[in-house]
Amino acid sequence: MPAEGLLAASWLLIALPLAGAAVLLLGGRRTDRWGHLLGTATVVAAFLLAVACTVQLAGLDGRAADVELFTFIATGELDVTAGLLYDPLSAVFVLLITGVGSLIHVFSIGYMAHDPARRRFFAYLNLFVAAMLLLVLGNSFVALYVGWEGVGLASYLLIAFWYTRPAAATAAKKAFIMNRIGDVGLALAIFVMFAQLGTTSYAGVFGSVGTLAGGTITAIGLLLLLGACGKSGQFPLQAWLPDAMEGPTPVSALIHAATMVTAGVYLIARSAPIYDLTPTARAVILAVGAVTLLIGAIAGCAFDDIKKVLAYSTVSQIGYMFLAVGLGPAGYVAGLAHLLAHGFFKAGLFLGAGSVMHAMDDSVDMRRFGGLAKKLPITFVTFGLGYLALIGFPFLSGYFTKDAIIEAALDRGDVWGWVLGGVAVLGAGLTAFYMTRLMLMTFFGRPRWDDGVHPHEAPTVMTAPMIVLAVGSVAAGALLVSVFPLADWLAPVFGEPAEAAHVVAPALVGLVVTVVMVLGVLTAWLFVGRREVPVTAPVRVSPVTRAARNALYADTVNESLFMRPGQWLTRALVWFDNRGVDGAVNGLAAGLGGSSSRLGRAQTGFVRTYALGMLGGVVMVAGALLAVTAG
Amino acid sequence: MTPETAGVVIGTGEAVIFWILGPVALAGALGMVLSRNAVHSALWLVLTMLSLGVFYVVQEAPFLGAVQVIVYTGAIMILFLFVLMLVGRDSSDSVVETLRGQRVAALALGAGFAALVGAGIARATQDLPVLGLEQVQGGVGGPSSGNVEAVAGLLYTRYLLAFEVTGALLIVAAVGALLLTHVEREPGSRQTQKELSRARFLTDRPQTLPGPGVHARATSVAAPALLPDGRLAEDSFATGIEPEQVEQMPRPTGREQLGSPDAALGSLDPTLSDTPGGRTGGEHR
Amino acid sequence: MNLSYYLVLAAILFTIGAVGVLVRRNAIVVFMCIELMLNAVNLTLITFARSTGTVDGQIIALFVMVVAAAEVVVGLAIIMSIYRTRRSASVDDANLLKY
Repeated sequence: MPAEGLLAASWLLIALPLAGAAVLLLGGRRTDRWGHLLGTATVVAAFLLAVACTVQLAGLDGRAADVELFTFIATGELDVTAGLLYDPLSAVFVLLITGVGSLIHVFSIGYMAHDPARRRFFAYLNLFVAAMLLLVLGNSFVALYVGWEGVGLASYLLIAFWYTRPAAATAAKKAFIMNRIGDVGLALAIFVMFAQLGTTSYAGVFGSVGTLAGGTITAIGLLLLLGACGKSGQFPLQAWLPDAMEGPTPVSALIHAATMVTAGVYLIARSAPIYDLTPTARAVILAVGAVTLLIGAIAGCAFDDIKKVLAYSTVSQIGYMFLAVGLGPAGYVAGLAHLLAHGFFKAGLFLGAGSVMHAMDDSVDMRRFGGLAKKLPITFVTFGLGYLALIGFPFLSGYFTKDAIIEAALDRGDVWGWVLGGVAVLGAGLTAFYMTRLMLMTFFGRPRWDDGVHPHEAPTVMTAPMIVLAVGSVAAGALLVSVFPLADWLAPVFGEPAEAAHVVAPALVGLVVTVVMVLGVLTAWLFVGRREVPVTAPVRVSPVTRAARNALYADTVNESLFMRPGQWLTRALVWFDNRGVDGAVNGLAAGLGGSSSRLGRAQTGFVRTYALGMLGGVVMVAGALLAVTAG
Repeated sequence: MTPETAGVVIGTGEAVIFWILGPVALAGALGMVLSRNAVHSALWLVLTMLSLGVFYVVQEAPFLGAVQVIVYTGAIMILFLFVLMLVGRDSSDSVVETLRGQRVAALALGAGFAALVGAGIARATQDLPVLGLEQVQGGVGGPSSGNVEAVAGLLYTRYLLAFEVTGALLIVAAVGALLLTHVEREPGSRQTQKELSRARFLTDRPQTLPGPGVHARATSVAAPALLPDGRLAEDSFATGIEPEQVEQMPRPTGREQLGSPDAALGSLDPTLSDTPGGRTGGEHR
Repeated sequence: MNLSYYLVLAAILFTIGAVGVLVRRNAIVVFMCIELMLNAVNLTLITFARSTGTVDGQIIALFVMVVAAAEVVVGLAIIMSIYRTRRSASVDDANLLKY
């Protein structure tokens, strides 16, 4: 139904951060002094507006509001109206983006205090928030695509924020290119929709998608999945996300943990009516999720870079979410609940990592940490709460949401349900292992840092957001499950939650997962906590460890499968272009030029030569005439 | 002549005329092409044209015969001769052909053309009837009006438009010839000596410019003139040549040398001068 | 003796004129050769007029003469102006319009 009241002004949600970005980017140095405050203020204002909008939305019948803005593209058959759709699903995302975004903006005020380009940083962050809000609020796939590309741009700009570092510039390019592969898939999916259905709005597509052939629906589903994989760092496009940690840590927290990388999950959840019709695509989602889950968890066990461990943890957790949304109606709510909880505790963990780096002179090598618990008490407590939430410590947020996913997988009831559930449980154990390893290496044991480093607690402007996020990490799961049941809230989008016939009792699942988690923690303590951590990584290690250190050779595979053949193809094409195409064109031109200059010699300038030619022609004509008449 | 062709029978008198004047016309044409002197060519052409005029009269076109003699032989050929005299008789062709193969090709093509067209015409027109013009213009003592009346009758009726256009063409040709040959010269465009002199005295430098090399001890025009105080005379720089270091005879050094005319000329072996003989001379100080 | 004799004579005169155009270099002589070709055509026209018994051929011949007169006037004027600038009446010297 058309929006009224505050909801009609929901376009302000996007406009505010966008205006902030415009002011900061166009204002130049004049805005250096107060730019960060403006950037934070716009996002906080957007958050307050989002809360008000959501409260109003809760009171509406049907809980959905259309906001028509203007005609975006009107050509022939393609008629795209720019409009917003404020429904429970987008409301959840808007709250997450603006809420976590506000906290991270506040944190960045302290974290980036000494960076000369802080204003530019806030401008990009605002740009990102605006694009991300457009992504989740748009009422058509085209609007989603605009936001999709916007967050890709912001991500690129922020990864390369310290663009003088070659590693950062390379990582930004890698992220951009791998995202592009996914974006092509998304664009193709939109093309197919328009070609087959003549519309790209959610309402239009979902209303008529049932009329399409099964193969077409599967194609759309798989293409959308490709887009989602690119944006969310899922197998086989997962390699860019860990490298993206070259950006400033708040960026990692906001974009590459809490919000942007979950856009793929949003896309698949939003496209639920399409996936409901194509079990094939859904099975592929399950496979992608399960594989990514394990890859991320295994790679996370081996790295010594604190941010990379968290990054692979993100890859793995998003794998959980894909697994959940791939399960269909049973899993959408579980996946989104995990997404929200993950948004809280992973943002908190990244901010904690930022605080640690802030204390350790921007070092990220965990082997050089150790014993920081006493030096950084607030960071230790908030980080520890996030850690417990992530590994699924009972009655913290991860416990509820992850168990829900595992239950949903097992509820399939067939062999694949058991396999997926087993993979998820195994992932939980691995998660416990690598996160415990990270905790032990960072906060416990003997200090291993260099003499010149003096760890100190971060200022309040940084610790306050960490505390808020830690509280969220602890409480989010319980809130989403019992106090404000997410399933009821999302019912207008995914339908009323069916009372599932549990194959395995939920309590038993919780018990098993807890046991596996404790096993993981104990293993980590056996491997890491008991012994002294060497300052340099051991060279002689098992092949499994070596593979994990190389992130299961994802980059190698990419290079040998795509980059090298691409280079060969390019070289061959260049050769063909130089020799073949250019040769033909140049040869033709040279031939014509040569022959014309030779023919031009016939133009001697002597009238008598021309006259001779005329007489020759006359003789020929006369001879021809006579031959005709005589013959 | 075949018996069934109606009309006039060509008489013996005409045949005699043809066989006399035909070779004459041919000889005139060949003479025109072959004679080296252009005036001779013109005279040979006059011969051919007169022969043709006689042919016209014989072929019952006395008016055209008269026009041929008056206009062609009289006016146009005289015009040719006038132009020949203007251009000059000495511009007669040399015998050498400058374009390779032109003569051979021209002769071959000409022979081929003559053979083809001549044979074709001869074969096609050997039975040509001779209706004669007595019906329309009357022969000598014939029933109808004469040749001039017949020509005029057609010219001012059926061919009136063409006649008018021809008149316009003649006028255009006359105006065009005037335009092409007339050379316009503005009255008073040439300045008198007095005017030139007055103009020169109004400038900063009434006297003549110093020539290059004046007072310099070198033969090159690239060596600028020297002023009495030894500076270079900027006015004397030769246009189009960069002033440069040139080999100069050494400056006389002593009173003896100055006193002796031979010594003042210096020695004959040239050395690089240390005096500014050019703008680059400073390097050698 | 019949009329084709006149025609063959005209053809030969025409050929001689054409060859003269090709081999002579003096522009004025070249012009004379062109006049010879025109005269040969006139002879043909008059011969055919006599053959067909109409005066039209003579009229055309008259027009040819008039046009030839105009042509000569303009042509000679052009030769004069070329000669004035180039000091030459050779058709080979006016050969700037070439490759």
